[in-house]
Amino acid sequence: MSETKETTLTAEREKRRGLMALLHGNRVFRSLFRHGLPDTNRNRALATFSNFFLHVQPVKVRLRAIKFTQTFYLGGLSLVCFGTLTITGILLMFYYHPSVPRAYEDMKDLQFVVSSGTFLRNLHRWSAHVMVALVFLHMVRVFFAGAYKPPREFNWVLGVILFVLTVLLSYTGYLLPWDQLAYWAVTVGANMAKAVPVMGEDIRFLMLGGTEVGENALIRFYVLHCVVLPLALTGVIALHLWRVRKDGGLHLPPLKGKGGEGDR
Amino acid sequence: MTTKQRTFTPAESEDARQIPVRVAEVQEDERFAVEDRDEPKVMSFPHLVLREAIALLGMSLFLVLLSLFADAPLEQIANPAMTPNPAKAPWYFLGLQELLHYYPPLVAGVLLPGLVVMALIQIPYFDVNLKREALWTAPRPGRATLVLLVAFAVAFLFNVAAHNTVWPIIIPTVVVGIIMALPGYLGAHGRLLSWLSSRSIPFYVFFWFLSVAVVLTVVGTLFRGPGWALTFPWREGIY
Ligand code: HEM
Repeated sequence: MSETKETTLTAEREKRRGLMALLHGNRVFRSLFRHGLPDTNRNRALATFSNFFLHVQPVKVRLRAIKFTQTFYLGGLSLVCFGTLTITGILLMFYYHPSVPRAYEDMKDLQFVVSSGTFLRNLHRWSAHVMVALVFLHMVRVFFAGAYKPPREFNWVLGVILFVLTVLLSYTGYLLPWDQLAYWAVTVGANMAKAVPVMGEDIRFLMLGGTEVGENALIRFYVLHCVVLPLALTGVIALHLWRVRKDGGLHLPPLKGKGGEGDR
Repeated sequence: MTTKQRTFTPAESEDARQIPVRVAEVQEDERFAVEDRDEPKVMSFPHLVLREAIALLGMSLFLVLLSLFADAPLEQIANPAMTPNPAKAPWYFLGLQELLHYYPPLVAGVLLPGLVVMALIQIPYFDVNLKREALWTAPRPGRATLVLLVAFAVAFLFNVAAHNTVWPIIIPTVVVGIIMALPGYLGAHGRLLSWLSSRSIPFYVFFWFLSVAVVLTVVGTLFRGPGWALTFPWREGIY
């Protein structure tokens, strides 16, 4: 190869690297991300492997496993909703007092006083509804894929726990605006708890901190909704994702012609 | 310094340096994490990370648009003295609330939801479920009739315990029973029938659960008004 051709090639390559290379050469950037430009397989591996947020995932994945139609990304999309809910939830907490009638007045303030308050509340509310639906659909997808079968049986159990926690989070949040919708939906639910044989009344009392839905119930639901349940959900999600890897990555049907006919 | 004769006694220690002699035991073991198939692989970075970023942005965009165009409901301040009619829970509970219309609270609010959660948890541990063999390999009218009878019996049993006729359970139960039995009578002719015939019993059981849950939720959400009476969303609107 002639020398000029070689220099043109290198120049060409340098041009392609351009800004990214500059960034990856920067000392501050390098202190954050220790690997070089991800244009070699080694650096791409490091990009996954040496990153706290990405290292949950394997360095290489089977092509079939990341196809949209394999999972419809339902688990991941549930996670996006949970992230949105966490962020908007924290912002809402800045404006919210769990007391009667202040809680309701805070809703009115969000609507008429706080900048983008309505948008903030909408985002929190709709993300919650969408999350319940997505988690349920994720469960349905996992069932029809047969992905609950050994060795993934315990991850399915963790999933059922996640589903129950998700619904409980939604339910406890429902009371917080302290409007008619909130009050009566929670009353219907609390009356169901009363039907538990023998301990029904006691369970209801424990739930509400009294004999009817009032300020004690509001503070209990508030603490459950903003502290206890989100922490529990975060913990179980972490376990769930860790188990996905430890159970051998996503469940895939056997390749055609390699025995088996897939899941029925 | 004197050199002491070291004596070795068989012992176990978690610190390998403490006991310099080791005995290796070869044990059969399996790690699912290393399960490998010889099939095409790609680097997670950028292939998976890029897809995840697109999913994140797409979902965020969807939620933002939804929140820009639809407002979260806010009614009057809570008033224990004024019961709205109907008093409805959020949509994902309306299947349960619909059940309350047919069964005593103990059955609708405690027994059935408890059983559903327990049934979901046991799915991977219940042996019969795991093989997922095709229900029909050849037409078997006798067995198809049995399937139909079981579907009718289940629908009947759900109805005996109720104080109103539970159409939202009876109808999906019978429909799923018919779909399940069809390939047993007709054989696997055509794409649809051959697909149905190769489904397994667990598939049909879950499909039945799903149908009942969806029908109950839809009826409770769209078709119930004051006094939990039947309403039609296109006539009376949604309560
Ligand atoms: C907060 C709720 C949940 C989150 C954030 C979540 C997240 C995820 C993610 C990100 C995956 C990777 C693959 C995929 O997206 O499908 C996954 C897989 C899985 N999930 Fe969930 N999940 C949740 C609830 C559930 C529920 C309710 C179930 C079942 C009852 C479940 C059972 C499973 C199983 C068995 C797998 C492995 C699937 C396979 O190997 O193909 N998860 N989950």
